Amino acid sequence: MHKISTSTLRPDSKTKSSGRAEYISDIELPDMLHMVILSAGIQHGKILKKTIPPLPVGYHIIGSGDFSGINKATIVAQDWPFFAEDEVVYYGQPVLAVVGSDKIECGNICSKIIIDYEELPAVSTIDEAVEFFNDYTIVKGKPDECFKSAGRILENTYRTGMQEQAYMEPQGMIAEFSGGRLTVRGSMQCPYYIKNSLNNAFDIGGDNIRVIQTETGGAFGGKEDYPSILAGQTAAAAIVTGKPVKLVMDRRSDMLITPKRHPSLIRIRTAVDQSGRISAMDIDCRLDAGAYESLSGVVLERAIFICTGAHNIENIRVRGRSMKTNHVPSGAFRGFGGPQALFAAEMNMYYAALELGVKPVDLKRRYQYRQGDRSVTGGTFRDDIKLDQMFDIIERASDYSRKYKEYERPSSPGERRRGIGISYAAHGGAFTGSGEQEIIKSLVRLKAEPAENEDFKHFIRILVSNVEMGQGASTTLRKIVAETMGLPLEAVIYTVPDTDVVPDSGPTVASRTIMIVGKLLQDAAEELKKNIDSGSPVLTAEKRYVHPEEFEWDEETFKGDAYPAYSWSINVVEVEVDPITFEVSITGSWGVYDVGTAIDLRILKGQMQGGTAQSLAYSTIERMEMSGGRPAQASFTDYTIPTTLDFPDTECFFIDNPYRYGPFGAKAAGELPNEGPAGAVAAAVSQAVGRIITEIPVTPEMLEAASR
Amino acid sequence: MNPNVIIEFTLDGKKARFETSPEKRLLDVLREDAGIKGVKEGCGEGECGACSVLRNGRLVNSCSIPVIAVHGDDILTIEGFSRTESYRIISDSYAEAGAVQCGFCTPGFIMATAALLNENPTPDEGEIRKALSGNLCRCTGYTMIIEAVKSAAARMAGSE
Ligand code: FES
Ligand code: FES
Repeated sequence: MHKISTSTLRPDSKTKSSGRAEYISDIELPDMLHMVILSAGIQHGKILKKTIPPLPVGYHIIGSGDFSGINKATIVAQDWPFFAEDEVVYYGQPVLAVVGSDKIECGNICSKIIIDYEELPAVSTIDEAVEFFNDYTIVKGKPDECFKSAGRILENTYRTGMQEQAYMEPQGMIAEFSGGRLTVRGSMQCPYYIKNSLNNAFDIGGDNIRVIQTETGGAFGGKEDYPSILAGQTAAAAIVTGKPVKLVMDRRSDMLITPKRHPSLIRIRTAVDQSGRISAMDIDCRLDAGAYESLSGVVLERAIFICTGAHNIENIRVRGRSMKTNHVPSGAFRGFGGPQALFAAEMNMYYAALELGVKPVDLKRRYQYRQGDRSVTGGTFRDDIKLDQMFDIIERASDYSRKYKEYERPSSPGERRRGIGISYAAHGGAFTGSGEQEIIKSLVRLKAEPAENEDFKHFIRILVSNVEMGQGASTTLRKIVAETMGLPLEAVIYTVPDTDVVPDSGPTVASRTIMIVGKLLQDAAEELKKNIDSGSPVLTAEKRYVHPEEFEWDEETFKGDAYPAYSWSINVVEVEVDPITFEVSITGSWGVYDVGTAIDLRILKGQMQGGTAQSLAYSTIERMEMSGGRPAQASFTDYTIPTTLDFPDTECFFIDNPYRYGPFGAKAAGELPNEGPAGAVAAAVSQAVGRIITEIPVTPEMLEAASR
Repeated sequence: MNPNVIIEFTLDGKKARFETSPEKRLLDVLREDAGIKGVKEGCGEGECGACSVLRNGRLVNSCSIPVIAVHGDDILTIEGFSRTESYRIISDSYAEAGAVQCGFCTPGFIMATAALLNENPTPDEGEIRKALSGNLCRCTGYTMIIEAVKSAAARMAGSE
């Protein structure tokens, strides 16, 4: 183990515990106004007329006409309006907003506004959808020939549901406009995405836009996209009124109108050759994108690039489409297309194993990726893949094989049925393809500042745009710099991102913060140390990302190395199913992870345990159904996220497998625990009920219906 | 709107008096009138426990209580509690266990821990899980929080 892996105390614990940490809802500015959004109460329709009551003095209506640039947020695609223009395309779409000093009064005015619509037919589900935003096909090897000569062709269809990020802090933003400068602060993952989006929305000049991150109470992808919408809405109001404007969502509106994980419908045909080997797969992957494209294209890429999971299939055809439906746009959620694809891939291996008469784990192990294999996009797995060693660890910890055998014995009637499942997962770190080099072009800066101190002569200030949102980046990035420069942790300062102060090191997404930004900081720290040691007067160091030359990528054909490095996991989950109520209880959970070098074991473990709970819930208790285009579950009463009583502790193991381009060998970690567990749960339930689970979340109602 | 009313209660050990709207929840008066921002609003519907305070020593969700109902009561928030020795022990345990990630749920969990350990200084794991089941945390998966409570209980026992 590298000594950097040793756990440190997080310095942010204390301010957060005592309640002194300031989240956006805690911030009040002098003269501040509040904003209440009027959301569409229909799923799809033309706006015929807006009837607005007389407004009290000091109250204003804000709408689509208040953008001097374009009335559309820039969230990868540029198609999602801040306010609807002549048509609403999803339930809850912002139509107007009321701004004024009293929030309750704003709400009262809102409720008196009448919008007349001409309702239009709506598309509610993936099955009904015909139109799509993106349509990609990748072919690896010669799948057509394999299907032609196949001895057997297996086919099955897999479905995953919507999932709400359910960060504990609801979304919020405050905008101010004074002296020609716009300042926006709030809960966010991507300060420069917001700055860029505002720059397109208002003709005020990029130099006049400042974005500041406030303490962020969880995000999980949910604060990658929607903060750009909130920033545009509050900024428009601040520009119109000349006063600071605040919008903090309540839990219900946050659940109703912010993006969630894409539902998916994935059909897999599997060709088995005459000798019983899986020779090819033909995969049709549809994601439910909702009413605007937003970032669905990129989510879809991640899903199809990993469509066979951690398994090497020689010949593949995969087609992916992001389907257009009339509900809130789907968005980013930890895993970003991976969890859907991995669930289908894992359950398809389970299904194939049953059909071929072998144990699921044996089939998975037979096809697991090995160093030198080719990925779906034809890239090479260059690094050592230690899945065998990882299997041994989890086998020992969970007693998987013995329990599997035991639970295969038929249970007597009335007895609780038990099952155990294993899943393999791979997660490609950082942006797909050439994104880091072509789009993000991450820049980091370190600055040495004099310190009046016995132990060290300088404070080293980290200047990056990657945020602390609970995941521990403000500690782990400091550890990387401190370790590189041989300084105590107290000598390194993390600066809260403010676009006036920090360079654009990219968004806090895609598990790239440690792997990409951390590495740039390590390089900068080496240079700065040299400068200081040699007495050079240059007390800053900057590094810009350069893609290692060995990786190749063609954005047109999706050929080459989709990711520079992959992280790996194996999960085992054990369940009991009540024979009468069909209630599923998870009774055991284990995970083994290869994330390169751990930068901090305790922080990493926290990531894995928290992420695993989200994934266990994704496959069992978290159900969000759209009814007439609106979430039927829009509060914690109806949408149940795990409590202390739902799941057992997840036992976590890490193997050391340093990655040569990562800081101290670290690679992607944060999203990995959202990839594998759902497939392990479904496999375990499948064994318990003796029927393959192809849809999550698996609910007692589903199991009961299937048993009849 | 109803005219303001006068509400008096003990807040973090001191007598407090508010002239405020009778429609407000205790949470609103704590955050808006008393400026105690450490009491968080995560759901406003009594489901998440981010707004937890102690009312006459018992754990309650301040978002579910109309402020007029606490007239004459004793209310302890994270702000008052964070000045005590028990707080120091509990928050040290949380920090050392790694139980604090985004922190939005943490003040509520600390209050729930305080309430539990007041009532039952030696809880077992099942009792801890039950006592904290009204508080939601989306970041940690709870394992480290439960470890923190165990270690706080052990330390308090040791320090007595
Ligand atoms: S805010 Fe009171 S329980 Fe959630
Ligand atoms: S630490 Fe983020 S919700 Fe608990």
